[in-house]
Amino acid sequence: MKLLEHQAKAQFRNEGIECPMGRVARTPGEAESAARELGEVVVKAQVPIGGRGKAGGVKVARTPEEARAAASQILQMEIRGYRVPAVLLEELLDIGQELYLGVTLDRDRRRLAVLLSFAGGMEIEDVAERTPEKIAKLWPDPFSGPLPFEIRQLTLNALASAQGEQVLDRSRLLNLMVPLVQRLYQLCQRLDATLCEINPLVITRSGQLIAGDGKVEVDQNAEYRHQDLVRELGGDAEAASSGDDQLEVEARRRGLTYVHLGGDIGVIGNGAGLVMNTLDLVKQQGGSPANFLDIGGGAKAEVVRQALEMVLLDPEVKGIFVNIFGGITRGDEVAKGLIQARDELQIKLPLVVRMTGTREEEGRRLLEEAGITPAVSAPEAARRVVEMVAGAGR
Amino acid sequence: MSILLNSESRVLVQGMTGSEGTFHTQQMIEFGTNVVAGVSPGKGGSQHLGRPVFDSVAEAVIATGATVSGVFVPPAFAADAIMEAAAAGLQLVVCITELIPVNDMVRARAYLSSRAARLVGPNCPGLMSPGERSKVGIIPNQNGKPGPVGVVSRSGTLTYEIMQSLGAAGYGQSTAVGIGGDPVLGLSFSDVLELFAADPKTELVVMAGEIGGSDEERAAELIGRGYPKPVVGFISGRTAPPGKRMGHAGAIISGNTGSAASKVAALERAGVEVADTIEQIVERVTARLRRG
Repeated sequence: MKLLEHQAKAQFRNEGIECPMGRVARTPGEAESAARELGEVVVKAQVPIGGRGKAGGVKVARTPEEARAAASQILQMEIRGYRVPAVLLEELLDIGQELYLGVTLDRDRRRLAVLLSFAGGMEIEDVAERTPEKIAKLWPDPFSGPLPFEIRQLTLNALASAQGEQVLDRSRLLNLMVPLVQRLYQLCQRLDATLCEINPLVITRSGQLIAGDGKVEVDQNAEYRHQDLVRELGGDAEAASSGDDQLEVEARRRGLTYVHLGGDIGVIGNGAGLVMNTLDLVKQQGGSPANFLDIGGGAKAEVVRQALEMVLLDPEVKGIFVNIFGGITRGDEVAKGLIQARDELQIKLPLVVRMTGTREEEGRRLLEEAGITPAVSAPEAARRVVEMVAGAGR
Repeated sequence: MSILLNSESRVLVQGMTGSEGTFHTQQMIEFGTNVVAGVSPGKGGSQHLGRPVFDSVAEAVIATGATVSGVFVPPAFAADAIMEAAAAGLQLVVCITELIPVNDMVRARAYLSSRAARLVGPNCPGLMSPGERSKVGIIPNQNGKPGPVGVVSRSGTLTYEIMQSLGAAGYGQSTAVGIGGDPVLGLSFSDVLELFAADPKTELVVMAGEIGGSDEERAAELIGRGYPKPVVGFISGRTAPPGKRMGHAGAIISGNTGSAASKVAALERAGVEVADTIEQIVERVTARLRRG
């Protein structure tokens, strides 16, 4: 779950991280009255992706009327497929310097990493690629969190690669960074987030540290602990998924592990690694997979039926490849389930099934009698489904 | 011989009285695993599947001398269960549970760093040493055959397929280890490769990776520095697009890291033969073992 900027900043404030004064507006009228309170403002589209500035989703407004006009424009935009449910109006900051501060999961270290750089405001991925030495890193013990001396060292390391004049003298900077980093790290833990990012972290000319932007991604596996947040996001969460693939949104609603890939061969299998490999086989045979769909370790008939139904929602699908590793599951039962599902759903498309399990030969015989193409090996099944779809297209 | 698990291993199961725990413990016992106890807080003093049930891992260890734990508890309690097992001094903890919050695993990993316990998983099928008649986890019993091939993989069903295909061609396994599909794991490919290197019964290793993270690249570095046994590689997810989580929480290409191309290239640079299909894995294994 990705939070929108204004939601992330509400969390920042709770944690004692300073943010610009701001108001959320959902209509041009609300934007105008917010600007009356705030004075000169920046009006920002609330969408869960980067690049909104380039897309015209961020505008400066000097007067309430300008704010109204800017909001009216931005609220009608669609930014990289995402509807804009709201704008955030914020006071203009007197920017002295822009830093990057983030807490993110580092898979290799199996820990959260704190990243600090004086090359702020840029995409951190670009900095990481071009000038990795400009990013200082720290991997705190998750039980103690980042300790003050560790944060001071992190800051000194980042300073060593900083260019130009510093707004703050070193001792003041060190003193301000310690509580800020601790709070951001705590927030990341409290929200079960895999990313909490402030980019830019603004140092104002008067020497304050303020979060210019905010990004928070909550771990999907931990959402059950944050139901209040999920509820609070409500309608915004819907807008936040408006740019997502609509077939994937539907699959999520049905509780299926589905990824839309855009080709014409529907793929169903059990186990993530097995399904990924099945996609690879289809591609190796010159075919183009329509989707990834993992029905999980078992192979229950009802789940297979639901999966077939899901795959058929994609109008591009011209053939289906089911790859089931049965283990102790009985092949004849899987076959019966598939035949029944095919009949109920009135599937007329080519359907190729490769399955293993006890009594798999009997299963294959049943499939063949019912007009479904059985295959002994997965590469053979891939070849056949690709041929059948290509043949049907001619 | 084998790695991590052998006929001497005394196994307890955390969450044995649950439905998954019950089913898979039965399977483990049928396979020959020496299951000595179950742990379910609040159910101590009872019997389940003919084994004593304890309230805590520490009590179970004192009473039964258990050395290994299999964790089948629900995701909200799994990280705690792993830490409890490590605190009780177990040597090996195998966590099958999937959907554990990743920050829970970050804490569990940090907790383990100062303790003896090795962790396999989570979100994994566990491991099996067929020649020792011992398994912890959910690998189907009939897929294991004793033999000289070490198998290490991130996936479940794909591991079973590989084991079955190898078995059908006459090649059994010393030990098969599923390290799991999560972003934060216990043992890495490199850790397991080092164990296989030291196991006299393992003549060759099949390593099946997938997109996401850089554990495969790290393993390639290890092999490149000089690995004593042939390794046959395999990477699934070659056609996966960036930014999409392919079923496993860890199977996602983010930015420049985690692509199949990078993993295949790293392995090939290290001299690993990378197979395109499971059938090819069997062919390569056959060729290498015949060559002796």
